[in-house]
Amino acid sequence: MNTPLPSSILASPRLGQWFKIGPEPDRRIIVYSGKVELGQGISSALCQIACEELGLDPDQLTLVAGHTAYSPDERYTAGSQSIEVGGAAIRCAAACAHGLFAEAAANALGVAVDSLRVARGIFSSALTTRVTDYWALAGEVDLSQAIAADAPQRNQSDYRCVGRSLPRADLPAKLSGAAYVHDFALPGMLHARILRGGHRACHLEKHDTDALKALEGVSAVVCSGQFLAIVGPDEEALVRALAKAQKMVTWTLPEAICAQREIPESLPAMPCESSRVHLKGEAATPLVAHRARYSRPYLAHAAIGPSCAVADPGDGHLTIWSHTQGPHPLRDQIAAALGREKTAVDVVHMAGSGCYGHNGADDAAFDAAFIAQTLGVPVRVQWMREDEMSAAPFGSASLVEIDGGVDRSGRICAWHIQIWSHTHIKRPGWGGDINLLGAWAVDPPIVEPEDKDAPLPAGGGLRNSIALYDLPHQQVTHHFIGHSPLRVSALRSLGAYANIFAIESFLDELAAKTGADPVAFRLRHLADPRGRAVIEAVARLSDWPPTMPAGRGAGMGIGFGRYKNRSAYCAVVARVRVEEEVHVDKVWAVVDAGCIINPDGLMNQIEGGIIQSLSWTLKEAVTWSGSGVTSLTWDDYPILTFDEVPEVEVRLLDRTSEPSLGSGEAAAGPTAAAVGNAVAQALGIRARHLPLTAERLTRLIHESP
Amino acid sequence: MTSLHDSVTISVNGRTHEVRAYHDAPLLYLLRNDLDFKGSRFGCGTGNCGACTVMVDGHAVQSCTTPLWSVAGKEIWTIEGLAADPVGALVREAFLEEQAAQCGYCINGIIVSVTALLKCTALPGQSEISEALNRHLCRCGTHVRILRAVQRAIRLVEGSART
Repeated sequence: MNTPLPSSILASPRLGQWFKIGPEPDRRIIVYSGKVELGQGISSALCQIACEELGLDPDQLTLVAGHTAYSPDERYTAGSQSIEVGGAAIRCAAACAHGLFAEAAANALGVAVDSLRVARGIFSSALTTRVTDYWALAGEVDLSQAIAADAPQRNQSDYRCVGRSLPRADLPAKLSGAAYVHDFALPGMLHARILRGGHRACHLEKHDTDALKALEGVSAVVCSGQFLAIVGPDEEALVRALAKAQKMVTWTLPEAICAQREIPESLPAMPCESSRVHLKGEAATPLVAHRARYSRPYLAHAAIGPSCAVADPGDGHLTIWSHTQGPHPLRDQIAAALGREKTAVDVVHMAGSGCYGHNGADDAAFDAAFIAQTLGVPVRVQWMREDEMSAAPFGSASLVEIDGGVDRSGRICAWHIQIWSHTHIKRPGWGGDINLLGAWAVDPPIVEPEDKDAPLPAGGGLRNSIALYDLPHQQVTHHFIGHSPLRVSALRSLGAYANIFAIESFLDELAAKTGADPVAFRLRHLADPRGRAVIEAVARLSDWPPTMPAGRGAGMGIGFGRYKNRSAYCAVVARVRVEEEVHVDKVWAVVDAGCIINPDGLMNQIEGGIIQSLSWTLKEAVTWSGSGVTSLTWDDYPILTFDEVPEVEVRLLDRTSEPSLGSGEAAAGPTAAAVGNAVAQALGIRARHLPLTAERLTRLIHESP
Repeated sequence: MTSLHDSVTISVNGRTHEVRAYHDAPLLYLLRNDLDFKGSRFGCGTGNCGACTVMVDGHAVQSCTTPLWSVAGKEIWTIEGLAADPVGALVREAFLEEQAAQCGYCINGIIVSVTALLKCTALPGQSEISEALNRHLCRCGTHVRILRAVQRAIRLVEGSART
């Protein structure tokens, strides 16, 4: 049987694009990847995979990731694909390298290749006392050859490195001094701050370049079309000038953006294209019918550190240091936007503050590149808190309606889900488009491309819109809203967050209407053994069923999903108290992510996903007015605080013999659903519109009959 | 033409430095750019997130809203200096042992706050821990581990005091 090559290997087929022997004195092996470290621990996990196949220890390996001059193009580090796709590529390349070097070692030692063993890069055999190693054999293997698909990979039962909770190699430096792109500096580098209106559509009405340049701390002003930046040698003085500069510039919103209204009213009133995107079976007439609408607001990425980039115009060769998710697409888009050849631009990935999708990193990179090219000197652009909260793309709002019902046997017999939402993906280079805020602003501007969403099966707004349950009838209708009042793009889990919240809430509502236990009701409709296993396990872990009476201020709820219907399974139970506000006391989660590369790393991702989802679910919503975004600071856009964090207990199912499944985004939807269902039990009233703030719940209680 | 700059003497990580800046310049920029202590991080500029936290005369303060004049003559310690402090080193060790970070951007500020707390109170109560941590935000959702790391740090510091 021919094993197919991983997609990343098809794109970068030569062994030398993935693997290199480091020089003898250091005795290191260099492995290249296009998947970058975003704080999710991927660099350590990829090293573990490479070490496993190569017979090395992690301290012998250097990973070069996301450097367009050296690393393979693996597009974006996104979609929980880094282990599934990036890991598969590294495993394939490393196994191929190991096979070739083992052959060379067998020749050098005069023994059969199957008598060899390799540890710390040293090949030995019981048939000889001599040994050799990767470094001694460096000249014996042609790295320009194509990677073979059929190189034997290490047997999973022999894993020594994969499956261990090795500590992350990047953390000691980050928990010290300089480690992020924010800390990177070049000789002669100038600082820059961008002046922007409070909204993507703001028009630069009035400014006086000379007056801006006369400000103390400002050595240059870069103005092109709608793009306006002040530049100076001293960051503190420049920030001081920025406060004055902002008062000297007038912005207007040419077309009034719709003033903010509640999502359930505003989204369906916007012009949309409607289409049926999925149909299975036929609806039967239900005994118990139900219809409900759910919504989520626009959400901000809101990383703790605002976006930053450094650009060096070099000697005609532009280099940009960025915390982008996609160094190669960003390189291509910046080159295109600046009218340069790709070969005259490089993007080098460096660590940034938390990345949960398409944030301001790419825009800041363009800002730095444009200013550096204009002035001919190295430039560091640091966005301010307000920029991060208003100029970076937001996660799209969604409205989800489900119309369904249950037959006499207690089984769901009709199911129609409708989703009103914008695009959830508008990354630079996605669909070949130039999606860079600064590039849309400079003169001449790049015309902002039309919004278009990703279709199923992965989907953007449609992600996880098809319920994983075995339903005899399922219909999905997409109402795609091409124009958003706010700039939107990919935020962790895309549409899956709202869709799983809606599906899992609706299941509980149907269960309640038919007097069924929520866990039993789910299991009745789910044949997938791995799905059943996580639900059953989280029920055991949380001592399901809950014993508290409904409507008395305390409750437990469950949520389940398989991310993208093809990645990791995750079931979550939440226990809440509702006093004035929702207090989440405990969260249990069980995850099946197939073969786990680094259990502690996976645990960290799941814990983080749960807490971030709690923050979205309980607290967060972007606000705006006719003059632009108004949630600009931590006071206007509160996130979960330490006081509000529940106890979290996560169990990982051991599936070493199964392929690894992407898991970084798996917890978002199930957590929201678990909390929503727990709140419904606590209140005896269903809250369907996020976030579940005290104000919203109070209104709901007052409005309920 | 740029004209400014009082000369102010400050003590950072046990050494005195003369810096020229406005007397109300935020300490953060001086630490990062003039003295190259980049472990204190810019987050909000308004003292809300705690990423820039440093220790001044034993207290955790947000350096982004701390004017230079207010720290003249005081002892400033950043994450870089605290790595060599007996308590600071143990707190950092506890965070690494618990792998209490995702992106890690907020963590140095938290380590500084926890160090200041444990240097002042070896066995802090829940309310004191809460008070220290509630001056910090973490966006990756690493809170559970950070709380574990604080407990581990308390044990490490307690253990080192006994030996």
